[in-house]
Amino acid sequence: MSSLESQNETYDMIILGAGPAGLTAAIYACRANLKTLVLESMLSGGEITATDQLDNYPGFPEGISGAEFGERLEKQAKRFGAELNFAAVEKVELEAEIKRVFTAQGEFHGRTVLIATGTAPRTLGVPGEEKLRGRGISFCATCDGPFFREKRVAVIGGGDSAVEEALYLTRFVDKIDLIHRRENLRAIPSLQEKMFSNPKIEFHKNCVVKEFGGEQKVEKIIVENLADSSIKELPADGAFLYVGRIPNVEFIEGIEKDAQGFIITNEEMETALPGVFAAGDIRRKYLRQVLTAAADGAIAAAMSIKYLS
Amino acid sequence: MSGKPVDISDNQFQEEVIEANVPVLVDFWASWCGPCRMVAPVLEEMAQEYQDRLKVVKVNVDENPDTASRYSVMSIPTMILFKNGEVLETLVGVRKKDELSGIVEQNL
Repeated sequence: MSSLESQNETYDMIILGAGPAGLTAAIYACRANLKTLVLESMLSGGEITATDQLDNYPGFPEGISGAEFGERLEKQAKRFGAELNFAAVEKVELEAEIKRVFTAQGEFHGRTVLIATGTAPRTLGVPGEEKLRGRGISFCATCDGPFFREKRVAVIGGGDSAVEEALYLTRFVDKIDLIHRRENLRAIPSLQEKMFSNPKIEFHKNCVVKEFGGEQKVEKIIVENLADSSIKELPADGAFLYVGRIPNVEFIEGIEKDAQGFIITNEEMETALPGVFAAGDIRRKYLRQVLTAAADGAIAAAMSIKYLS
Repeated sequence: MSGKPVDISDNQFQEEVIEANVPVLVDFWASWCGPCRMVAPVLEEMAQEYQDRLKVVKVNVDENPDTASRYSVMSIPTMILFKNGEVLETLVGVRKKDELSGIVEQNL
């Protein structure tokens, strides 16, 4: 379907983002005969596609690769008639009854809009980080881990992702320096146990990265210990950053967000604007998982159906 | 040209990329890289759309470590655009088709 054709019709539901929240919403909406368009700026599946193995989604006892899960979601949404268009959203106008979504490929109109644009990895904003991105600095252990066979890398962060990916990287690397700004990790106890019993991982607590050093590629990381203000230099061939996520909301105005930029909804995924919903990681919520994103998506679609009837 | 991305190996790189008479978009990928799988359909579209004006080739970094290391590929997907044997652009990470097309158009 070309964008020119699309421009002439009004969709029942326009979904921004083809991750688990958006595509689940699409499945529910299409099954209720809503004319549904999913707009995705990158590629289907969302953040989970960068995960080696999705192990906590019910019904997959052996786990499933994140990439395959994403592909299956897309297939399932298309099976019920969802239209998928890879166009980056530039601006939205959501106040009126017919909502307008502006993209590089033209303008789309919808009676309801679901914002499910997810998050992007947070960066540290320290010297060397931008220059050495893709030259040792990575946000995806699954993608880049094998380039660091028998090398020494740092993992920055202290949450589930940081620890999980550090454990994953032990398959390839000789040594990992896990750098965390606090005294204690935030990761769940079972991950922490695995980490502390792994001889390849050294924990640097109360430490922050001051600079990534190297010309053509990462060579060292300069770290400050916040407890005693001492500076140390760690030799490193790479660094994997898991220091949180920031919501993809730049183009959305006029909707209530929390201090970090996450969209505030009620339990029915409704924003304060009639016919405008939010679902998945973009929402202010306690637990950001594929499962909770899918659940949000189902609820948002049901509320969209209710709103239209 | 076939209008499809072509898999090439280390020892074909010279002939297929460096000595090519059209610009070549090289995708460095591996089977274990989730985002790489997601890029594949975009590359197929590019190959289809540009036909004989652009060559799209894929280098599996596991099977062809020499080429990957020669171009300092340390993160995949990485896409490099070559023209007359020279590197014009290096793009690290997943890219949208719009962005790839824009870069290719400038260099046809």
